Amino acid sequence: MDFLTEFPGMERQALRDLKKAIDGGFRDFSREFGEALENFFEPLLWFLVWFEKLLRATPWPLIILVIALFAWLGSRSKAVVAGSVLSFLAIGYFGMWNDTMSTLAIISVATLLCITVGIPFGVLMARSDRTQTAITPILDIMQTIPAFVYLIPVVMLLGIGKVPGLIAVCIYAIPPIVRLTNLGIRLVEKEALEAADAFGADYRQKLFGVQIPLALPNIFAGVNQTIMMALSMVVIASMIGVAGLGVPVLRSISNQYLALGLMNGLAIVALAIIFDRVSQRFGERLQRHRKGIDHG
Amino acid sequence: MDEVKIRIENLYKIFGPRAQSVLAQVQQGMSKQELLEKHNHVLGLKDINVAVTPREISVIMGLSGSGKSTLIRHVNRLIEPTSGRIVVDGQDVLTMTKEELIDFRRHKVSMVFQRFGLHVHKTVAENAAYGLAIQGTPIRQAKERSRKWLERVGLSGFEDHYPSQLSGGMQQRVGLARALATDAEILLMDEPFSALDPLIRTDMQDVLLGLQEELHKTIVFITHDLDEALRLGDRIAILRDGAVIQQGDPQEIILHPADDYIFDFIKDINRSRVIEAKSVMTPGASVDGPELPHDLVLEEALQVVSASKRKMANVVDADGTAVGSIELQQIIDAVARPAEDSDEDPTYR
Repeated sequence: MDFLTEFPGMERQALRDLKKAIDGGFRDFSREFGEALENFFEPLLWFLVWFEKLLRATPWPLIILVIALFAWLGSRSKAVVAGSVLSFLAIGYFGMWNDTMSTLAIISVATLLCITVGIPFGVLMARSDRTQTAITPILDIMQTIPAFVYLIPVVMLLGIGKVPGLIAVCIYAIPPIVRLTNLGIRLVEKEALEAADAFGADYRQKLFGVQIPLALPNIFAGVNQTIMMALSMVVIASMIGVAGLGVPVLRSISNQYLALGLMNGLAIVALAIIFDRVSQRFGERLQRHRKGIDHG
Repeated sequence: MDEVKIRIENLYKIFGPRAQSVLAQVQQGMSKQELLEKHNHVLGLKDINVAVTPREISVIMGLSGSGKSTLIRHVNRLIEPTSGRIVVDGQDVLTMTKEELIDFRRHKVSMVFQRFGLHVHKTVAENAAYGLAIQGTPIRQAKERSRKWLERVGLSGFEDHYPSQLSGGMQQRVGLARALATDAEILLMDEPFSALDPLIRTDMQDVLLGLQEELHKTIVFITHDLDEALRLGDRIAILRDGAVIQQGDPQEIILHPADDYIFDFIKDINRSRVIEAKSVMTPGASVDGPELPHDLVLEEALQVVSASKRKMANVVDADGTAVGSIELQQIIDAVARPAEDSDEDPTYR
């Protein structure tokens, strides 16, 4: 009866050897290529550090002005602008200004990175059903695997710091932009594409002249989601040495500082809401051609 | 009539994953129904042979499911045939490389779609200039030329509107301007007016006829509407279940329908407004009576003859030379709706 109550699993020794082999293999790999990878990401680190320094060094009124301008350009809504300005004033008043600037820096860079990598992958995915079936499970894994699991190899490879944090954020935040770019392109009306074909448009002309412009509302929904997910990774990223609003949250967890955790948590929420409203309104405005007069 | 702009030869189109392997059976006469049941493949087109004459409107008519939209998409190879040849100006479209095909589509042939196929994110002006932009025409020049065509189809002042702000008829005018702007010799029109209200449809037909009088394009026009086919077509091909069952000029089709299917189709049309004097006349000696131009429709011929108080009339060609004569009884017989058993009708010879 042992057979039924005890799962006939791998032998302990063999299992231990297997794990050891994997660990050893990866350790060798990271010793071999860790430095090369670090060098590869060097420009990214440099940019991130520069951007963070810039944000922290810029006088606060100027930052608030830029935020207000960005909110206005994106949303064209006075309410959104007022909300953004008030949020930043409150953040500064409660002593979270510098952490917020750090978080803003890493979120901006992460989002940019996700867009520049994610959109081409989305386009590739829309190109054929085969690439779609190949990429979809990878995206599923990236979205569902617990962040701590991929933090291990990332830290082993690159150590603790901003770049591994950035990569961890991107692994989690990139799937929506890839998915929605793919979806948006696939949803482009057949007629619009057929007309492009009939007039002799080549692949590039179809992609940049018809597919991407018509998919923009969906692509923007993807950008919006990517920003939201990047923000939700702020706390986890702080565990591997990313400065910002996540650090005090982490501290308040280990020390049971309710007020500290709440304030910094709310600051993250405020950032999320601002980004969300601005990018959503911007996405809506991209669709203004759809609001026609219905002639029936 | 001997000139041919587009020649389609032995064209077959079978939809399904193993089209090539079932082709032989279809060529040996397997029916659409049988193909569907045995192999789960759909027969789109069966042994199509059509010659399109230049500078004329060739109408391909058929009901939905007859394969007419599939057929027209073969001309610019939006759909690849299973077998057959499509020759445009002596060049086989099917042997073109990707680059040649793109060039062919950019310069030689343009298309108007049933559901307009406009790009909703572009303005009317940008849509009209689309073909030119794809060709790589400098923007300024493209704008100027498309503006001219927009004006020609009656859309001046709407350049900066978006398609969704226009009515269906106006959207199709944009589609027409876009197709004309590239100066392609061949214009493929896939049920361009079917989505429009009857009044607007007639309007658009007038626009097209007016343009054609001036431009003399080679137009392949798809429709399911017989009145439209008769109004526009210099030649008509009738498609049923993926096969051409009759082609010829409209007069021929009305006077000599090839089978009962076509007979059913044409029996309700107003024959007096379609049949022309030359189709009914007896060639030869002139008689004592008024002169009728050879392309006068019978309705008007009747008025002339009855006003003249004679029972006969001469038919003259465009130069005024008498080519034949016509009796009042012949006109009346031709106008009368033929009996169901068409073979014995006296006008059918």
